[in-house]
Amino acid sequence: MSNVAIDLNGVTKSFGNKVIVNELSFTVASGECFGLLGPNGAGKSTIARMVLGMTRPDAGKITVLGVPVPARARLAREGIGVVPQFDNLDLEFTVRENLLVFGRYFGMSTRKIKAVIPSLLEFARLESKADARVAELSGGMKRRLTLARALINDPLLLVMDEPTTGLDPHARHLIWERLRFLLARGKTIILTTHFMEEAERLCDRLCVLEHGRNIAEGSPHALIDEHIGCQVIEIFGGNPQELSSLIRPYVQRIEVSGETLFCYAPDPEQVRVQLHGRAGLRLLERPPNLEDVFLRLTGREMEK
Amino acid sequence: MGEDFAAALPANAWNWIAVWRRNYLSWKKIALASMLGNLADPLIYLFGLGTGLGMMVGRVEDASYVAFLAAGMVATSAMTASTFETIYAAYPRMHHQRIWEAILYTQLTLGDIVLGELAWAATKGFLAGTAIAIVAAVVGYAAWPSLLYVLPAIALTGFAFASLAMVVTALAPSYHYFVFYQSLVLTPMLFLSGAVFPVTQLSGPFQQAAHFLPLAHSIDLIRPEMLDRPAGGIALHIGALCLYAVLPFFLSMVLLRRRLMR
Repeated sequence: MSNVAIDLNGVTKSFGNKVIVNELSFTVASGECFGLLGPNGAGKSTIARMVLGMTRPDAGKITVLGVPVPARARLAREGIGVVPQFDNLDLEFTVRENLLVFGRYFGMSTRKIKAVIPSLLEFARLESKADARVAELSGGMKRRLTLARALINDPLLLVMDEPTTGLDPHARHLIWERLRFLLARGKTIILTTHFMEEAERLCDRLCVLEHGRNIAEGSPHALIDEHIGCQVIEIFGGNPQELSSLIRPYVQRIEVSGETLFCYAPDPEQVRVQLHGRAGLRLLERPPNLEDVFLRLTGREMEK
Repeated sequence: MGEDFAAALPANAWNWIAVWRRNYLSWKKIALASMLGNLADPLIYLFGLGTGLGMMVGRVEDASYVAFLAAGMVATSAMTASTFETIYAAYPRMHHQRIWEAILYTQLTLGDIVLGELAWAATKGFLAGTAIAIVAAVVGYAAWPSLLYVLPAIALTGFAFASLAMVVTALAPSYHYFVFYQSLVLTPMLFLSGAVFPVTQLSGPFQQAAHFLPLAHSIDLIRPEMLDRPAGGIALHIGALCLYAVLPFFLSMVLLRRRLMR
Protein backbone atom coordinates (compact mmCIF):
# COMPACT_ATOMS: atom_id res chain seq x y z
CA MET A 1 0.00 0.00 0.00
CA SER A 2 1.36 3.39 -0.97
CA ASN A 3 1.46 6.12 1.63
CA VAL A 4 -1.10 8.24 -0.20
CA ALA A 5 -4.67 7.39 0.77
CA ILE A 6 -6.53 9.98 -1.33
CA ASP A 7 -5.35 12.16 -4.16
CA LEU A 8 -7.58 14.75 -5.80
CA ASN A 9 -6.16 16.58 -8.76
CA GLY A 10 -7.96 19.52 -10.39
CA VAL A 11 -11.42 18.17 -9.58
CA THR A 12 -14.41 20.18 -10.76
CA LYS A 13 -18.10 19.39 -10.38
CA SER A 14 -21.14 21.43 -11.37
CA PHE A 15 -24.84 20.80 -11.03
CA GLY A 16 -26.61 22.69 -13.79
CA ASN A 17 -24.61 25.90 -14.13
CA LYS A 18 -23.77 26.03 -10.42
CA VAL A 19 -20.14 25.14 -9.76
CA ILE A 20 -20.01 23.12 -6.55
CA VAL A 21 -16.38 22.02 -6.57
CA ASN A 22 -13.86 24.19 -8.38
CA GLU A 23 -10.46 22.85 -9.51
CA LEU A 24 -9.85 21.28 -6.16
CA SER A 25 -6.61 19.46 -5.39
CA PHE A 26 -5.38 17.89 -2.17
CA THR A 27 -3.60 14.80 -0.96
CA VAL A 28 -4.33 12.79 2.15
CA ALA A 29 -1.47 10.67 3.50
CA SER A 30 -2.09 7.26 5.02
CA GLY A 31 -2.65 7.44 8.75
CA GLU A 32 -3.51 11.10 8.90
CA CYS A 33 -6.73 12.85 9.76
CA PHE A 34 -7.59 15.32 7.04
CA GLY A 35 -10.40 17.83 7.44
CA LEU A 36 -12.51 19.63 4.87
CA LEU A 37 -13.62 22.77 6.64
CA GLY A 38 -16.24 25.04 5.22
CA PRO A 39 -19.70 26.50 5.67
CA ASN A 40 -22.84 24.77 4.43
CA GLY A 41 -22.87 24.77 0.65
CA ALA A 42 -19.08 24.85 0.30
CA GLY A 43 -19.13 21.50 -1.52
CA LYS A 44 -18.00 19.27 1.32
CA SER A 45 -20.58 16.51 0.90
CA THR A 46 -20.11 16.48 -2.87
CA ILE A 47 -16.39 15.92 -2.37
CA ALA A 48 -17.12 13.03 0.00
CA ARG A 49 -19.46 11.49 -2.58
CA MET A 50 -16.86 11.85 -5.31
CA VAL A 51 -14.22 10.14 -3.15
CA LEU A 52 -16.66 7.23 -2.79
CA GLY A 53 -17.30 7.10 -6.52
CA MET A 54 -21.00 7.91 -6.07
CA THR A 55 -20.70 11.09 -8.12
CA ARG A 56 -18.48 11.49 -11.17
CA PRO A 57 -16.40 14.68 -11.39
CA ASP A 58 -16.77 16.76 -14.55
CA ALA A 59 -13.01 17.18 -14.71
CA GLY A 60 -9.94 16.12 -12.77
CA LYS A 61 -8.58 12.88 -11.39
CA ILE A 62 -9.30 11.08 -8.15
CA THR A 63 -7.27 8.20 -6.74
CA VAL A 64 -8.37 6.46 -3.57
CA LEU A 65 -6.34 3.70 -1.90
CA GLY A 66 -4.28 3.36 -5.04
CA VAL A 67 -7.14 2.86 -7.52
CA PRO A 68 -8.79 5.34 -9.88
CA VAL A 69 -12.26 6.53 -8.82
CA PRO A 70 -15.00 6.31 -10.01
CA ALA A 71 -13.67 3.80 -12.60
CA ARG A 72 -12.72 1.24 -9.94
CA ALA A 73 -14.67 2.66 -7.01
CA ARG A 74 -16.06 -0.74 -6.07
CA LEU A 75 -12.56 -1.98 -5.35
CA ALA A 76 -11.72 1.18 -3.41
CA ARG A 77 -14.88 0.89 -1.31
CA GLU A 78 -13.82 -2.53 -0.04
CA GLY A 79 -11.24 -0.63 2.01
CA ILE A 80 -13.44 2.31 3.01
CA GLY A 81 -15.86 2.85 5.89
CA VAL A 82 -18.44 5.64 5.60
CA VAL A 83 -20.17 7.74 8.24
CA PRO A 84 -22.73 9.88 6.40
CA GLN A 85 -24.13 13.22 7.41
CA PHE A 86 -27.61 11.83 7.97
CA ASP A 87 -28.06 8.52 9.73
CA ASN A 88 -29.22 5.85 7.33
CA LEU A 89 -29.34 2.95 9.72
CA ASP A 90 -31.90 0.26 9.11
CA LEU A 91 -34.72 1.23 11.49
CA GLU A 92 -36.47 -2.11 11.21
CA PHE A 93 -33.56 -3.90 12.82
CA THR A 94 -31.78 -4.16 16.13
CA VAL A 95 -28.24 -2.89 16.66
CA ARG A 96 -26.82 -6.37 16.14
CA GLU A 97 -28.92 -7.01 13.04
CA ASN A 98 -27.76 -3.75 11.50
CA LEU A 99 -24.17 -4.92 11.75
CA LEU A 100 -25.02 -8.39 10.48
CA VAL A 101 -26.89 -7.12 7.44
CA PHE A 102 -24.22 -4.57 6.60
CA GLY A 103 -21.39 -7.11 6.85
CA ARG A 104 -23.18 -9.22 4.25
CA TYR A 105 -23.08 -6.33 1.80
CA PHE A 106 -19.30 -6.69 1.97
CA GLY A 107 -19.62 -10.38 1.17
CA MET A 108 -18.69 -11.49 4.69
CA SER A 109 -20.03 -14.80 5.95
CA THR A 110 -22.51 -14.80 8.83
CA ARG A 111 -19.96 -16.64 10.97
CA LYS A 112 -17.26 -14.07 10.31
CA ILE A 113 -19.60 -11.14 11.01
CA LYS A 114 -20.79 -12.68 14.26
CA ALA A 115 -17.16 -13.05 15.29
CA VAL A 116 -16.41 -9.33 14.91
CA ILE A 117 -19.71 -7.95 16.28
CA PRO A 118 -18.71 -8.11 19.99
CA SER A 119 -15.58 -6.02 19.47
CA LEU A 120 -17.52 -3.47 17.39
CA LEU A 121 -20.21 -3.19 20.07
CA GLU A 122 -17.50 -2.71 22.67
CA PHE A 123 -15.80 -0.07 20.55
CA ALA A 124 -19.09 1.80 20.12
CA ARG A 125 -19.98 1.31 23.82
CA LEU A 126 -23.23 -0.32 22.78
CA GLU A 127 -22.82 -3.71 24.45
CA SER A 128 -25.93 -3.22 26.55
CA LYS A 129 -27.96 -2.14 23.51
CA ALA A 130 -27.09 -5.05 21.22
CA ASP A 131 -30.68 -6.22 20.94
CA ALA A 132 -32.37 -2.84 21.11
CA ARG A 133 -34.08 -1.56 18.00
CA VAL A 134 -32.39 1.39 16.33
CA ALA A 135 -35.48 3.54 16.90
CA GLU A 136 -34.89 3.26 20.66
CA LEU A 137 -31.35 4.69 20.51
CA SER A 138 -30.35 8.25 21.33
CA GLY A 139 -28.75 10.45 18.68
CA GLY A 140 -25.27 9.80 20.07
CA MET A 141 -25.83 6.05 20.15
CA LYS A 142 -27.03 6.06 16.54
CA ARG A 143 -23.88 7.90 15.49
CA ARG A 144 -21.74 5.38 17.36
CA LEU A 145 -23.60 2.53 15.71
CA THR A 146 -23.05 4.17 12.33
CA LEU A 147 -19.35 4.39 13.19
CA ALA A 148 -19.28 0.74 14.24
CA ARG A 149 -21.07 -0.18 11.00
CA ALA A 150 -18.42 1.71 9.03
CA LEU A 151 -15.73 -0.47 10.66
CA ILE A 152 -17.30 -3.84 9.86
CA ASN A 153 -15.03 -4.41 6.86
CA ASP A 154 -11.95 -3.31 8.84
CA PRO A 155 -11.36 -0.38 6.45
CA LEU A 156 -8.07 1.46 5.94
CA LEU A 157 -9.86 4.72 5.28
CA LEU A 158 -12.87 6.33 6.96
CA VAL A 159 -14.89 8.94 5.10
CA MET A 160 -16.98 10.97 7.53
CA ASP A 161 -19.42 13.67 6.53
CA GLU A 162 -20.13 15.94 9.50
CA PRO A 163 -19.72 13.13 12.01
CA THR A 164 -20.85 15.07 15.09
CA THR A 165 -23.35 17.56 13.69
CA GLY A 166 -26.50 17.59 15.80
CA LEU A 167 -24.96 15.84 18.82
CA ASP A 168 -24.84 17.21 22.34
CA PRO A 169 -21.38 18.04 23.75
CA HIS A 170 -21.07 14.86 25.75
CA ALA A 171 -21.90 12.64 22.80
CA ARG A 172 -19.59 14.68 20.58
CA HIS A 173 -16.63 14.25 22.93
CA LEU A 174 -17.21 10.52 23.04
CA ILE A 175 -17.13 10.36 19.22
CA TRP A 176 -13.92 12.43 19.14
CA GLU A 177 -12.31 10.13 21.68
CA ARG A 178 -13.28 7.11 19.59
CA LEU A 179 -11.89 8.70 16.45
CA ARG A 180 -8.58 9.45 18.12
CA PHE A 181 -8.47 5.79 19.16
CA LEU A 182 -8.90 4.79 15.50
CA LEU A 183 -6.19 7.22 14.39
CA ALA A 184 -3.84 5.76 16.99
CA ARG A 185 -4.49 2.38 15.41
CA GLY A 186 -3.32 3.68 12.06
CA LYS A 187 -6.62 4.35 10.26
CA THR A 188 -6.81 7.23 7.80
CA ILE A 189 -9.71 9.63 8.25
CA ILE A 190 -11.09 12.28 5.96
CA LEU A 191 -13.86 14.27 7.59
CA THR A 192 -15.96 17.23 6.61
CA THR A 193 -17.05 19.66 9.28
CA HIS A 194 -18.16 23.21 9.85
CA PHE A 195 -17.08 22.80 13.44
CA MET A 196 -13.86 24.65 14.07
CA GLU A 197 -13.29 22.92 17.37
CA GLU A 198 -13.67 19.52 15.77
CA ALA A 199 -11.20 20.36 13.04
CA GLU A 200 -8.74 21.79 15.53
CA ARG A 201 -8.89 18.83 17.88
CA LEU A 202 -8.82 15.99 15.40
CA CYS A 203 -7.20 17.02 12.16
CA ASP A 204 -3.52 16.75 11.39
CA ARG A 205 -4.12 18.88 8.34
CA LEU A 206 -7.08 20.57 6.83
CA CYS A 207 -8.26 22.36 3.81
CA VAL A 208 -10.48 25.43 4.10
CA LEU A 209 -13.18 25.52 1.44
CA GLU A 210 -15.19 28.35 0.08
CA HIS A 211 -17.50 27.87 -2.91
CA GLY A 212 -15.76 24.59 -3.68
CA ARG A 213 -12.32 26.17 -3.80
CA ASN A 214 -9.34 25.35 -1.63
CA ILE A 215 -8.53 28.72 -0.05
CA ALA A 216 -6.01 27.52 2.53
CA GLU A 217 -4.38 24.25 3.52
CA GLY A 218 -2.13 23.17 6.38
CA SER A 219 -2.10 22.00 9.97
CA PRO A 220 -4.50 23.87 12.26
CA HIS A 221 -1.58 25.48 14.12
CA ALA A 222 0.24 26.51 10.98
CA LEU A 223 -2.95 28.06 9.59
CA ILE A 224 -3.57 29.96 12.81
CA ASP A 225 0.03 31.18 12.98
CA GLU A 226 0.12 32.14 9.34
CA HIS A 227 -3.19 33.96 9.17
CA ILE A 228 -3.62 35.35 12.70
CA GLY A 229 -0.45 34.91 14.73
CA CYS A 230 -1.44 37.02 17.73
CA GLN A 231 -3.90 37.24 20.61
CA VAL A 232 -7.54 38.03 19.89
CA ILE A 233 -9.68 40.43 21.89
CA GLU A 234 -13.41 40.23 21.46
CA ILE A 235 -15.26 43.39 22.45
CA PHE A 236 -19.02 43.38 23.01
CA GLY A 237 -21.22 46.36 23.76
CA GLY A 238 -20.68 49.89 22.59
CA ASN A 239 -20.71 51.20 19.06
CA PRO A 240 -18.47 49.00 16.86
CA GLN A 241 -17.67 51.79 14.39
CA GLU A 242 -16.66 54.28 17.06
CA LEU A 243 -14.60 51.74 18.96
CA SER A 244 -12.81 50.48 15.90
CA SER A 245 -11.63 53.93 14.90
CA LEU A 246 -10.39 54.44 18.46
CA ILE A 247 -8.28 51.31 18.70
CA ARG A 248 -7.31 50.83 15.06
CA PRO A 249 -3.80 52.30 15.49
CA TYR A 250 -2.99 49.73 18.19
CA VAL A 251 -4.03 46.51 16.52
CA GLN A 252 -3.00 44.51 13.48
CA ARG A 253 -6.51 44.16 12.13
CA ILE A 254 -10.14 44.54 13.17
CA GLU A 255 -13.16 42.59 12.07
CA VAL A 256 -16.74 43.41 12.90
CA SER A 257 -19.12 40.51 13.05
CA GLY A 258 -22.59 41.50 14.18
CA GLU A 259 -22.22 43.41 17.43
CA THR A 260 -18.82 41.96 18.20
CA LEU A 261 -15.46 43.49 17.41
CA PHE A 262 -12.61 41.06 16.80
CA CYS A 263 -9.25 42.74 17.38
CA TYR A 264 -6.10 40.93 16.36
CA ALA A 265 -3.67 42.50 18.76
CA PRO A 266 0.07 41.74 19.05
CA ASP A 267 0.01 43.85 22.20
CA PRO A 268 -3.36 43.39 23.97
CA GLU A 269 -2.35 45.66 26.84
CA GLN A 270 -2.36 48.70 24.54
CA VAL A 271 -5.98 48.01 23.60
CA ARG A 272 -7.00 47.64 27.22
CA VAL A 273 -5.42 50.99 28.03
CA GLN A 274 -7.36 52.71 25.25
CA LEU A 275 -10.66 51.27 26.41
CA HIS A 276 -10.00 51.84 30.11
CA GLY A 277 -12.82 53.53 31.96
CA ARG A 278 -15.47 52.97 29.29
CA ALA A 279 -18.64 51.65 30.85
CA GLY A 280 -20.73 48.79 29.42
CA LEU A 281 -17.92 47.14 27.48
CA ARG A 282 -17.02 43.52 27.91
CA LEU A 283 -13.61 42.33 26.80
CA LEU A 284 -12.55 38.76 26.18
CA GLU A 285 -8.92 38.04 25.46
CA ARG A 286 -8.11 34.61 24.09
CA PRO A 287 -5.63 32.76 21.89
CA PRO A 288 -6.51 32.71 18.18
CA ASN A 289 -8.38 29.72 16.76
CA LEU A 290 -9.54 28.34 13.45
CA GLU A 291 -12.74 30.33 13.61
CA ASP A 292 -10.62 33.47 13.33
CA VAL A 293 -8.77 32.01 10.36
CA PHE A 294 -12.04 31.19 8.74
CA LEU A 295 -13.54 34.61 9.35
CA ARG A 296 -10.39 36.18 8.01
CA LEU A 297 -10.19 34.04 4.88
CA THR A 298 -13.82 34.23 3.95
CA GLY A 299 -13.74 37.94 4.71
CA ARG A 300 -16.95 38.45 6.55
CA GLU A 301 -17.45 42.17 7.34
CA MET A 302 -13.72 42.59 7.38
CA GLU A 303 -12.21 46.04 7.91
CA LYS A 304 -8.70 46.84 6.81
CA MET B 1 -21.02 7.44 -19.69
CA GLY B 2 -21.33 3.89 -21.05
CA GLU B 3 -18.42 2.88 -18.86
CA ASP B 4 -20.17 4.33 -15.82
CA PHE B 5 -23.35 2.49 -16.66
CA ALA B 6 -21.44 -0.77 -16.95
CA ALA B 7 -19.90 -0.14 -13.53
CA ALA B 8 -23.37 0.31 -12.02
CA LEU B 9 -24.66 -3.04 -13.33
CA PRO B 10 -24.67 -6.10 -11.06
CA ALA B 11 -21.06 -6.83 -10.19
CA ASN B 12 -21.47 -10.60 -10.17
CA ALA B 13 -24.08 -13.33 -9.97
CA TRP B 14 -24.37 -13.44 -6.18
CA ASN B 15 -24.00 -9.94 -4.67
CA TRP B 16 -27.78 -9.39 -4.89
CA ILE B 17 -28.37 -12.17 -2.39
CA ALA B 18 -27.23 -9.89 0.47
CA VAL B 19 -30.05 -7.47 -0.39
CA TRP B 20 -32.57 -10.30 -0.69
CA ARG B 21 -31.50 -11.59 2.71
CA ARG B 22 -31.90 -8.13 4.25
CA ASN B 23 -35.49 -8.02 3.06
CA TYR B 24 -36.11 -11.59 4.13
CA LEU B 25 -34.85 -10.83 7.66
CA SER B 26 -37.17 -7.83 7.82
CA TRP B 27 -40.15 -9.81 6.47
CA LYS B 28 -39.61 -12.71 8.88
CA LYS B 29 -40.63 -10.44 11.74
CA ILE B 30 -44.07 -9.83 10.26
CA ALA B 31 -44.44 -12.87 8.00
CA LEU B 32 -47.82 -14.05 9.22
CA ALA B 33 -49.55 -10.67 8.99
CA SER B 34 -47.95 -10.06 5.61
CA MET B 35 -49.10 -13.41 4.21
CA LEU B 36 -52.65 -12.94 5.48
CA GLY B 37 -52.76 -9.47 3.98
CA ASN B 38 -51.57 -10.76 0.62
CA LEU B 39 -54.01 -13.65 0.65
CA ALA B 40 -57.17 -11.96 1.86
CA ASP B 41 -57.79 -9.76 -1.15
CA PRO B 42 -57.56 -12.35 -3.96
CA LEU B 43 -59.41 -14.95 -1.90
CA ILE B 44 -62.30 -12.57 -1.31
CA TYR B 45 -62.44 -11.86 -5.04
CA LEU B 46 -62.17 -15.53 -5.89
CA PHE B 47 -64.97 -16.70 -3.65
CA GLY B 48 -67.02 -13.51 -3.70
CA LEU B 49 -67.07 -13.12 -7.47
CA GLY B 50 -66.67 -16.82 -8.13
CA THR B 51 -69.69 -18.01 -6.19
CA GLY B 52 -71.91 -14.95 -6.57
CA LEU B 53 -71.26 -14.16 -10.20
CA GLY B 54 -70.57 -17.81 -10.96
CA MET B 55 -74.20 -18.72 -10.32
CA MET B 56 -75.36 -16.18 -12.88
CA VAL B 57 -72.84 -16.84 -15.65
CA GLY B 58 -72.72 -20.58 -15.38
CA ARG B 59 -69.81 -22.19 -17.24
CA VAL B 60 -67.04 -20.26 -18.94
CA GLU B 61 -64.78 -21.85 -21.54
CA ASP B 62 -66.04 -25.23 -20.45
CA ALA B 63 -65.16 -24.79 -16.79
CA SER B 64 -67.05 -23.57 -13.78
CA TYR B 65 -66.67 -19.81 -13.42
CA VAL B 66 -64.82 -20.17 -10.08
CA ALA B 67 -62.30 -22.52 -11.65
CA PHE B 68 -61.87 -20.12 -14.58
CA LEU B 69 -61.43 -17.21 -12.21
CA ALA B 70 -58.98 -19.09 -9.95
CA ALA B 71 -56.26 -19.09 -12.59
CA GLY B 72 -56.79 -15.38 -13.17
CA MET B 73 -56.52 -14.70 -9.46
CA VAL B 74 -53.28 -16.69 -9.18
CA ALA B 75 -51.64 -14.47 -11.81
CA THR B 76 -53.26 -11.30 -10.47
CA SER B 77 -52.16 -11.89 -6.89
CA ALA B 78 -48.58 -12.48 -8.04
CA MET B 79 -48.81 -9.24 -10.02
CA THR B 80 -50.21 -7.27 -7.10
CA ALA B 81 -47.88 -8.62 -4.44
CA SER B 82 -44.67 -8.04 -6.40
CA THR B 83 -45.85 -4.61 -7.58
CA PHE B 84 -46.78 -3.45 -4.10
CA GLU B 85 -43.52 -4.72 -2.62
CA THR B 86 -41.64 -2.62 -5.16
CA ILE B 87 -43.65 0.61 -4.98
CA TYR B 88 -44.58 0.62 -1.30
CA ALA B 89 -41.55 -1.05 0.28
CA ALA B 90 -38.54 -0.75 -2.05
CA TYR B 91 -39.39 2.88 -2.81
CA PRO B 92 -39.15 4.07 0.82
CA ARG B 93 -35.97 2.02 1.24
CA MET B 94 -34.54 3.92 -1.71
CA HIS B 95 -36.07 7.31 -0.92
CA HIS B 96 -36.86 8.25 2.71
CA GLN B 97 -34.89 5.66 4.62
CA ARG B 98 -31.77 6.05 2.42
CA ILE B 99 -31.04 2.37 2.87
CA TRP B 100 -29.86 2.04 -0.72
CA GLU B 101 -27.44 4.89 -0.14
CA ALA B 102 -25.93 3.02 2.81
CA ILE B 103 -25.60 -0.10 0.65
CA LEU B 104 -23.81 1.92 -2.02
CA TYR B 105 -21.02 2.58 0.53
CA THR B 106 -20.14 -1.10 0.31
CA GLN B 107 -18.84 -3.19 -2.55
CA LEU B 108 -22.37 -3.64 -3.89
CA THR B 109 -23.37 -1.77 -7.04
CA LEU B 110 -26.69 -0.14 -7.83
CA GLY B 111 -27.42 -3.09 -10.12
CA ASP B 112 -26.84 -5.54 -7.25
CA ILE B 113 -29.34 -3.59 -5.14
CA VAL B 114 -31.98 -3.39 -7.88
CA LEU B 115 -31.58 -7.08 -8.70
CA GLY B 116 -31.87 -7.99 -5.02
CA GLU B 117 -35.02 -5.90 -4.65
CA LEU B 118 -36.53 -7.45 -7.80
CA ALA B 119 -35.72 -10.96 -6.64
CA TRP B 120 -37.31 -10.20 -3.30
CA ALA B 121 -40.45 -8.67 -4.83
CA ALA B 122 -40.68 -11.66 -7.18
CA THR B 123 -40.41 -13.91 -4.13
CA LYS B 124 -43.36 -12.13 -2.53
CA GLY B 125 -45.32 -12.42 -5.77
CA PHE B 126 -44.43 -16.10 -5.90
CA LEU B 127 -45.63 -16.68 -2.34
CA ALA B 128 -48.90 -14.84 -2.94
CA GLY B 129 -49.65 -16.55 -6.25
CA THR B 130 -48.66 -19.97 -4.94
CA ALA B 131 -50.91 -19.59 -1.90
CA ILE B 132 -53.93 -18.98 -4.15
CA ALA B 133 -52.93 -21.88 -6.38
CA ILE B 134 -52.77 -24.16 -3.34
CA VAL B 135 -56.18 -23.01 -2.14
CA ALA B 136 -57.53 -23.66 -5.64
CA ALA B 137 -56.04 -27.15 -5.60
CA VAL B 138 -57.43 -27.86 -2.13
CA VAL B 139 -60.98 -26.96 -3.14
CA GLY B 140 -60.63 -28.90 -6.37
CA TYR B 141 -60.34 -26.17 -9.01
CA ALA B 142 -56.90 -27.37 -10.08
CA ALA B 143 -55.11 -30.69 -10.20
CA TRP B 144 -52.17 -30.93 -7.78
CA PRO B 145 -49.64 -32.08 -10.42
CA SER B 146 -50.47 -29.00 -12.52
CA LEU B 147 -48.92 -26.83 -9.78
CA LEU B 148 -45.51 -28.16 -10.80
CA TYR B 149 -45.84 -26.24 -14.07
CA VAL B 150 -47.72 -23.33 -12.62
CA LEU B 151 -45.18 -22.38 -9.95
CA PRO B 152 -42.36 -21.32 -12.32
CA ALA B 153 -44.89 -19.27 -14.30
CA ILE B 154 -45.94 -17.51 -11.08
CA ALA B 155 -42.31 -16.71 -10.24
CA LEU B 156 -41.72 -15.30 -13.72
CA THR B 157 -44.89 -13.21 -13.41
CA GLY B 158 -43.59 -11.82 -10.11
CA PHE B 159 -40.29 -10.89 -11.73
CA ALA B 160 -41.91 -9.16 -14.70
CA PHE B 161 -44.19 -7.02 -12.56
CA ALA B 162 -41.46 -6.21 -10.05
CA SER B 163 -39.32 -5.04 -12.92
CA LEU B 164 -42.11 -2.87 -14.37
CA ALA B 165 -42.85 -1.40 -10.95
CA MET B 166 -39.15 -0.59 -10.52
CA VAL B 167 -39.42 1.79 -13.47
CA VAL B 168 -42.35 3.49 -11.73
CA THR B 169 -40.36 3.62 -8.48
CA ALA B 170 -37.42 5.19 -10.29
CA LEU B 171 -39.67 7.90 -11.74
CA ALA B 172 -41.98 8.65 -8.83
CA PRO B 173 -41.36 11.97 -7.06
CA SER B 174 -43.52 10.76 -4.15
CA TYR B 175 -45.98 8.09 -3.04
CA HIS B 176 -48.90 9.95 -4.58
CA TYR B 177 -47.84 9.01 -8.07
CA PHE B 178 -48.23 5.29 -7.47
CA VAL B 179 -52.00 5.60 -7.53
CA PHE B 180 -51.79 6.47 -11.24
CA TYR B 181 -49.90 3.29 -11.95
CA GLN B 182 -52.45 1.27 -10.02
CA SER B 183 -55.59 2.82 -11.44
CA LEU B 184 -54.42 3.60 -14.98
CA VAL B 185 -52.20 0.59 -15.67
CA LEU B 186 -52.84 -2.34 -13.36
CA THR B 187 -56.63 -2.15 -13.05
CA PRO B 188 -57.27 -1.87 -16.81
CA MET B 189 -54.79 -4.68 -17.34
CA LEU B 190 -56.82 -6.88 -15.01
CA PHE B 191 -59.87 -6.51 -17.27
CA LEU B 192 -58.02 -6.66 -20.58
CA SER B 193 -55.97 -9.75 -19.77
CA GLY B 194 -58.71 -12.30 -19.25
CA ALA B 195 -58.37 -12.53 -15.50
CA VAL B 196 -62.09 -12.23 -14.72
CA PHE B 197 -63.68 -12.90 -18.11
CA PRO B 198 -62.36 -14.34 -21.38
CA VAL B 199 -60.48 -11.97 -23.68
CA THR B 200 -62.86 -13.05 -26.48
CA GLN B 201 -65.55 -10.91 -24.85
CA LEU B 202 -63.56 -7.81 -25.76
CA SER B 203 -63.93 -5.89 -29.00
CA GLY B 204 -61.28 -6.35 -31.66
CA PRO B 205 -58.79 -3.60 -30.86
CA PHE B 206 -58.83 -4.48 -27.16
CA GLN B 207 -58.23 -8.11 -28.00
CA GLN B 208 -55.24 -7.04 -30.06
CA ALA B 209 -53.96 -4.92 -27.20
CA ALA B 210 -54.25 -7.87 -24.83
CA HIS B 211 -51.53 -9.67 -26.80
CA PHE B 212 -49.03 -7.17 -25.47
CA LEU B 213 -49.98 -7.27 -21.81
CA PRO B 214 -47.76 -9.21 -19.44
CA LEU B 215 -50.69 -10.31 -17.30
CA ALA B 216 -52.37 -11.84 -20.36
CA HIS B 217 -49.27 -13.90 -21.11
CA SER B 218 -49.06 -14.99 -17.50
CA ILE B 219 -52.72 -16.09 -17.47
CA ASP B 220 -52.31 -17.90 -20.78
CA LEU B 221 -49.50 -19.90 -19.20
CA ILE B 222 -51.25 -20.62 -15.92
CA ARG B 223 -54.90 -21.20 -16.84
CA PRO B 224 -54.54 -24.12 -19.29
CA GLU B 225 -52.36 -25.94 -16.76
CA MET B 226 -54.77 -25.41 -13.89
CA LEU B 227 -57.79 -26.41 -15.99
CA ASP B 228 -55.83 -29.32 -17.47
CA ARG B 229 -56.15 -28.13 -21.08
CA PRO B 230 -53.60 -28.23 -23.89
CA ALA B 231 -51.59 -25.02 -23.77
CA GLY B 232 -50.47 -23.17 -26.88
CA GLY B 233 -47.67 -20.74 -27.53
CA ILE B 234 -45.82 -21.51 -24.32
CA ALA B 235 -42.50 -20.27 -25.72
CA LEU B 236 -44.13 -17.01 -26.83
CA HIS B 237 -45.65 -16.40 -23.39
CA ILE B 238 -42.43 -17.21 -21.55
CA GLY B 239 -40.47 -15.06 -23.98
CA ALA B 240 -42.82 -12.11 -23.54
CA LEU B 241 -42.66 -12.32 -19.74
CA CYS B 242 -38.86 -12.56 -19.90
CA LEU B 243 -38.78 -9.39 -21.99
CA TYR B 244 -41.01 -7.68 -19.45
CA ALA B 245 -38.61 -8.77 -16.73
CA VAL B 246 -35.38 -7.80 -18.49
CA LEU B 247 -36.08 -4.60 -20.44
CA PRO B 248 -37.63 -2.60 -17.56
CA PHE B 249 -34.70 -3.70 -15.40
CA PHE B 250 -32.27 -1.90 -17.70
CA LEU B 251 -34.57 1.09 -18.08
CA SER B 252 -34.94 1.40 -14.31
CA MET B 253 -31.15 1.17 -13.97
CA VAL B 254 -30.73 4.13 -16.31
CA LEU B 255 -33.35 6.14 -14.41
CA LEU B 256 -32.13 5.22 -10.94
CA ARG B 257 -28.54 6.00 -11.78
CA ARG B 258 -29.64 9.43 -12.89
CA ARG B 259 -31.66 9.84 -9.73
CA LEU B 260 -29.17 8.57 -7.16
CA MET B 261 -25.70 8.99 -8.61
CA ARG B 262 -25.59 12.39 -10.22
